[in-house]
Amino acid sequence: MMTLFGIPTAALFGQLLLGLINGAFYAVLSLGLALIFGLLNIINFSHGAQYMMGAFVAWLGLTYMGANYWVALALAPLVVAAIGIVLERTMLSRLYKLDHLYGLLLTFGLALIIEGIFRQLYGISGIPYAVPKELAGGWNLGFMYLPIYRAWVVIASLVLCVGTWLLIEKTKLGAYLRAATENPALVQAMGINVPIMITLTYGFGVALAAFAGVLAAPIYSVNPLMGSNLIIVVFAVVVIGGMGSIMGSIVTGFMLGLLEGLTKVIYPEAASTVIFMVMVVVLLIKPAGLFGKGA
Amino acid sequence: MLKKALIGAVALTALTAAQAQAQYSDSKIKIGVLTDLSGTYSDLAGKGAIVAAQMAVEDFGGKVNGVPVEIVSADHQNKADIASSIARKWYDAEQVDAIAELVTTAAAIAVREVSKEKGKIDLVSGAASTALTNAKCSPTGFHWTYDTAALANGTANAVVKNGGKSWYFLTADYAFGHDLQAQTERVVKANGGEIKGAVRHPFPNSDFSSFLLQAQASGAQIIGLANAGADTINAIKQAKEFGITQGGQSLAGMLVFITDVHSLGLETAQGMMMTTGYYWNRDDETRAWSKRWSAKMDGKMPSMVHAGTYSSVMHYLKALAAAKTDDGMKVADQMRALPIKDVSGFAINGKIRADGRMVHDMYLAQVKKPADSKGAWDYYNIVRTIPGDDAYQPLADSKCDLVKK
Repeated sequence: MMTLFGIPTAALFGQLLLGLINGAFYAVLSLGLALIFGLLNIINFSHGAQYMMGAFVAWLGLTYMGANYWVALALAPLVVAAIGIVLERTMLSRLYKLDHLYGLLLTFGLALIIEGIFRQLYGISGIPYAVPKELAGGWNLGFMYLPIYRAWVVIASLVLCVGTWLLIEKTKLGAYLRAATENPALVQAMGINVPIMITLTYGFGVALAAFAGVLAAPIYSVNPLMGSNLIIVVFAVVVIGGMGSIMGSIVTGFMLGLLEGLTKVIYPEAASTVIFMVMVVVLLIKPAGLFGKGA
Repeated sequence: MLKKALIGAVALTALTAAQAQAQYSDSKIKIGVLTDLSGTYSDLAGKGAIVAAQMAVEDFGGKVNGVPVEIVSADHQNKADIASSIARKWYDAEQVDAIAELVTTAAAIAVREVSKEKGKIDLVSGAASTALTNAKCSPTGFHWTYDTAALANGTANAVVKNGGKSWYFLTADYAFGHDLQAQTERVVKANGGEIKGAVRHPFPNSDFSSFLLQAQASGAQIIGLANAGADTINAIKQAKEFGITQGGQSLAGMLVFITDVHSLGLETAQGMMMTTGYYWNRDDETRAWSKRWSAKMDGKMPSMVHAGTYSSVMHYLKALAAAKTDDGMKVADQMRALPIKDVSGFAINGKIRADGRMVHDMYLAQVKKPADSKGAWDYYNIVRTIPGDDAYQPLADSKCDLVKK
């Protein structure tokens, strides 16, 4: 049997595929963060809590309204985005002219409050959420057993990431958005309602987090801390990719997922730290991140 | 006349108070429940443990020989340094006489050091490590509910005897996981089983697919989960997703609480074997106590840690009454001497050994199929009762220096 890094190649393929699946979550989450940072200059620390809310809205919908997974996939992002928009209008919007630190502290505080509320209501152990019937089961690929649901996660994330990138890079709306990022005053002077654009961008970023939350619900335990476990890694992804770079965060998300997957085979103990080691190296060599535009 | 009566009453109260002082310092018994109120273990211990301790005090009548008993509580956040500083503050400044619950081994050991130094009682329920009755044992320290040796002896024995000879471990990469794996390996090997390998995963960890695939590739019949809480839940959930169980391999959760099964749902958890120190639906006595607890906890049912906290606090109160003092050493002697029996139905055949281990019957349980469950929280079939002496580490093997050799 052929081996690579002392591992049979077949097993390695399996692990790389799994890495790609985790990378999909990193990509969708870091994409939302990058969008929000790019336009709002806010380091959205409540992103993890919003991801968790997405999963909970899916569960609440199923339990109290009989809304199935597919409905949740559409509904949860809208509900969580609406809550996000209220937060943006009432609180975040007051901080745009201040240092990043204020936005970070506010969103961090909000994350703690939101998690605290869910912990109080639902406890810490989590709640079961079944894989939708249409996506249950799996394929035997020879080198591994691939659950259909995981394949769906990668495809859905890729479509979402590419779609978002096209929206921002190739459409008129995206052009306004990018222009507003560069010089909001000038864009406003051209008759474009920048505050509304900012609010909607925040809503969209939050919706991405909630969407990832719904994707995650059948895989992970739906619990109040599911976001805080993930958010630190996602921040590292954004920093490595370059703050505010859309393509950077997508590519880095998938890449680091792969790297983490490899580490889990070669030296599992380091799996939770490898991303941060990369972050340190990248910050030393290229402080603006791999895809950043300079400091 | 009235004035005289009043003075008499005041004098009488002062007198009784003085009498009480002679026996119990500061004429008050204070028991601290130190637990995880916000983190990973807050469901299996947490608020439910405080409620259980309060129930013990109420059932005892709220007073020991006329001296009122008070429960105080705090969140140690699963951190050893926070736990030991709260313990110090409680003992030094707030006249706390004993500390109960103590989930998380690191926190329990930290408090054990302080209690030992001050000659105060600790009643460990939630922490798992056998270190508490070996290198870290104390004349005033007790380990009440379960430990890693009992879990391994119960579950691993049963699984190997059912034909699960070859094992692969997914182990949480910290002291507790290592200890649980080592204890389980010992039992597996003693029964003629074989260890195919192990992978240490970071703690906490949410995605287990990579580790499960490695376990699958090992070809072991049994995948042993030497972890706890959310890690165990995620591992079991994802093992089902990746067709591990359909592929002929079985999972053995070495530490599974009823709160974990509730979170997994019977659909996913069915058939799993585990060892527990308590099951609420075991007999009329356990049901009666658990329903009272449940009424205070929004309809949840107690874990073994909750029942163990009740049982340990109740026994402590009885020892206080018998010793007629709150001196730690004397109360500890009474705790060892008195029979252990309370209305929770915990601690069947319970006795306390020289190393501080409260030995009691454990249960090998199997998770019911969804169709067999008769209602909310009706999750286990008790397969076998494991006599305490078979479940726990033999006293002769204890490395505790209080054990006379």
